[in-house]
Amino acid sequence: MELFLTAILILAAAALVTALLAALASFCPPSAANCRTANCLGSCCAALGCLTGLCAVAAGPWDATLILELPWGLPAGALVLGLDPLSRIFLLPVFGLGMVCAVSGGLSLRHTSPREHNLGAHWFFYLLLLLGMVVVMSARDAVLFLLAWEIMSLAPFFLIDFNDGDSKVRDASWVYLVAAHLGAVALIAFFGLLWQSAGTTSLAALQGGQALREAGPGVLAALFILAVLGFGAKAGLAPLHVWLPEAHPAAPSHVSALLSGAMINAGLYGLMRSLNVLSALWIAPEWWGWSLLLLGLATGLMGILKALAQSNLKRLLAYSSVENMGLMFMGVGAGLIGQSSGNAWIALLGFTGALLHMLNHAGFKGLLFLCAGEVLHATGTVHMELLGGLQKRLPLLGAAFALGAAAIACLPPLSGFAGEFVLALAMLDGPSLPGVERQMGLLLALTGLALISGLAAALYAKAYGITFLGEARTGFAANAHAASWRTLWPLGLPALACVAGGLLAPLFFGLASFTALNAAPLPDGLMAGALEARAQVRGSLGMVSLLGAAGLCLALALLLARRLLLRRRGAPVARTAQSVQTWGCGFQAGTPRIQYTDASFSEPLARVFAPVMGLRVRRRQVSGLFPDRAALNVTAPDRLRSGLFTPLFEAVERLCNACKIIQHGKIHLYILYILATVVGLLVWGLHT
Amino acid sequence: MNQGTVFYLIQLFLALILAPLLPGIINRVKARFAGRQGKPLLQTYYDLARLLRKGEVIGRTATWTFSAGPGVALAATLCALALLPLGGAPSPLGFGGDFLLAAYLLGMGRFALILAALDTGSSFEGMGASREAAFSALAEPVLFLVFLMLTSLSLDLVRHTGQSAELVAALSLSAMFGGQATEAWLAGRAELLLAPAVFFVLLLVENCRIPVDDPNTHLELTMIHEVMVLDHSGPNLAMIVYGAALKLWFFAALTAGLLTPPLPLWQQAGLCLLIILALAAAVGVVESVMARLRLTRIPHLLGGAAALASLALILTQVR
Repeated sequence: MELFLTAILILAAAALVTALLAALASFCPPSAANCRTANCLGSCCAALGCLTGLCAVAAGPWDATLILELPWGLPAGALVLGLDPLSRIFLLPVFGLGMVCAVSGGLSLRHTSPREHNLGAHWFFYLLLLLGMVVVMSARDAVLFLLAWEIMSLAPFFLIDFNDGDSKVRDASWVYLVAAHLGAVALIAFFGLLWQSAGTTSLAALQGGQALREAGPGVLAALFILAVLGFGAKAGLAPLHVWLPEAHPAAPSHVSALLSGAMINAGLYGLMRSLNVLSALWIAPEWWGWSLLLLGLATGLMGILKALAQSNLKRLLAYSSVENMGLMFMGVGAGLIGQSSGNAWIALLGFTGALLHMLNHAGFKGLLFLCAGEVLHATGTVHMELLGGLQKRLPLLGAAFALGAAAIACLPPLSGFAGEFVLALAMLDGPSLPGVERQMGLLLALTGLALISGLAAALYAKAYGITFLGEARTGFAANAHAASWRTLWPLGLPALACVAGGLLAPLFFGLASFTALNAAPLPDGLMAGALEARAQVRGSLGMVSLLGAAGLCLALALLLARRLLLRRRGAPVARTAQSVQTWGCGFQAGTPRIQYTDASFSEPLARVFAPVMGLRVRRRQVSGLFPDRAALNVTAPDRLRSGLFTPLFEAVERLCNACKIIQHGKIHLYILYILATVVGLLVWGLHT
Repeated sequence: MNQGTVFYLIQLFLALILAPLLPGIINRVKARFAGRQGKPLLQTYYDLARLLRKGEVIGRTATWTFSAGPGVALAATLCALALLPLGGAPSPLGFGGDFLLAAYLLGMGRFALILAALDTGSSFEGMGASREAAFSALAEPVLFLVFLMLTSLSLDLVRHTGQSAELVAALSLSAMFGGQATEAWLAGRAELLLAPAVFFVLLLVENCRIPVDDPNTHLELTMIHEVMVLDHSGPNLAMIVYGAALKLWFFAALTAGLLTPPLPLWQQAGLCLLIILALAAAVGVVESVMARLRLTRIPHLLGGAAALASLALILTQVR
């Protein structure tokens, strides 16, 4: 626990110093030295703090529950931090990704001009975000949790707003701020109601649901709905996901990687923590699990289909985060269903699958966002229809992106498959539930999962294929700067996580299942079944890794055999590779512009899923004998935003405008208001 | 090594050797229907031998993704095949949930080939890749539906015999194709016969046969798989051709596994082999008597197959 505190102190001290540097930079004329110092200090201290934090999380036995109580000056709440398995597993991505993103961000910002950006402020808010996340995941008191939550929600606003010269970026950060605070409103109501009905703000006392014994089912249901709203807004559960596709493309890439890989997990963490409080063991009503499962499935399907429609690489990745969050919520829903129906297999594997997928998602999504940032850095754009052929110019970056894409498309033997395998196994036991409708519900949800993963493979084939393969479509890609290993080395850690998460899957499964049993305890009667299920699934995952490794060796052997065959023919591979043009079926005058683009790649699926994808196609067709230029423009605006939230906020604005008639700026009338109020109160006081 | 493993290895060896025979049979049947003599039955073997002896031509746009794609795809298909119980013998590699791994391994192979196609920078191959990605994404849930029906059947069996410890083993391909499905439909559960029917539709879709795709031409704009592998040559093309044959065998063996009743070992293996060869002939018949569907109709075909599979699933659950 001392080590953990040290990590927090390092981060806090660095935040103070960077705040000083930021203040200095804003009062003095901008200097390159200040900028460089802030960048160096901020990134190095963030990385150091995260490394210490990683050691603190990994040190000691995984199941040790540590509590640290510090003096606290406020009348409500207490300053209590704690580490238990659930906190530990969510802190792993926070510290791991926080470290990688700090180093990568430091490298990419090293040439920033001091006139344009105040790097001290940037790193101050980065460190604040890290601190907020760390405290959220380790707070053992509701007031402390809410405070840290607020810090964690506010800091990204300033991080997203990094390139504030662009009006789109400013819009995006406002959308983020509004969404974050709408979620926070639900959370304040949640904790207020919790405090009122349980009489304590200490999360440790609330744990296990003993404190809520007297609360009626109505209160519990209200608490559950508030928790899903508040935490779902952070996690990007549909329809509260609208901030993700706006915020992630606008933010600098190391920030989007951290937000997508670690911060949105806070939603899942909060939900699991509050479910532990709410479901006083096995009494969670059945509809909780089913509603979470359905919400997760809907979010997953919507997310992957909207992602397929995007042409901005970072927007695509943001929608894919929404999809992955949906999968995790499906896991939690399945776990709750298992708990309420007394099925140890479904309960254990549902929660474990969600946690395992969360860990793996942090790895590959962090890698992909950082790669997208490098693409932006090298070419100046992330619009896929302008790119292409980057694999040749940036071979290392291309390989890293290919690895991440294969992992997130759930291809064995990489890490994405392990999480989805466990989730699928959880739902496979659906036939043991009572009643055909429940059995079919779980099995059809699994079919939905299969559809999502099939679409994910198509999505990432597109994301990698259109961006990195083929010929450069425009000058952006053709004139890409080379990216050397000096700037790319921080990507090594998440890349390693993608491979290790697959080949060492039994290890991570053991960690996640242990945490699941600890965070969502099962009644004693089911414990034996859960332990047996764990051993069996661990065996299965062991076979998956073994076969994965065998498959890799087989692929390597086949490639070697091909090389040998070619060598024997005496035709050097290298020479033939340079000499011929791609066969264009006789068409000689092909240009890179006739290649398939992202919109044309997803066109067959867009035709099938048109109602969900919501493509807006604008075309100017060829007509007449001497036609003009033809044009085709395909965009995919978010319909939930334009159809649900825009009218809602416009209505709010109209209401506020209507209220303006009482606010006119005439002081004597304001004094009259005060007088009227005082008289009114006096009359009321006399009356009672 | 026990007798079962040896028997399985023999079966696997047979599959690896005989797989290229299936396209030959299909072509022969089609030729007979058209009143022609047709290519030799062993034509695919000759093609493979010829391709392995040739050099490769690689476009200057292509990178390592293009060169490595076919090898990765073939390795994934081989691994998937090794999980499948063949000729009634359970796979020694089988484990609980291995059908998920097999399905995703096939997906891995497809992913590698799609990337290889996009790597050429040709719009033809982009077209093929896009269509392959779309239709395989739609075929995935159908495959899962049939597998789910079979797992719930084998879970039922485990529950009836009361060996709850074997829960995870019941989720393996070897348990699903252990013969109980055939016994059940022989005993009158007709809904189980929908499963081989859906598998046959999936065989046509996944292996790019008529009515989904025409494997004979590659210059038609309606092509899917053939146009996607247009630029490969030499050993790489050999790997693709062989991988396609193995995939055909994979789906034929799935269908055959449900149709063969449990018999003594060698008889069952022989019957299974016969059914696989007969399925190849059936594909030939389908290709001869049907026209290819319009591309926009293919999702309807898959939707129909999904409806059949869901019906079978519901009926199994209701029992």
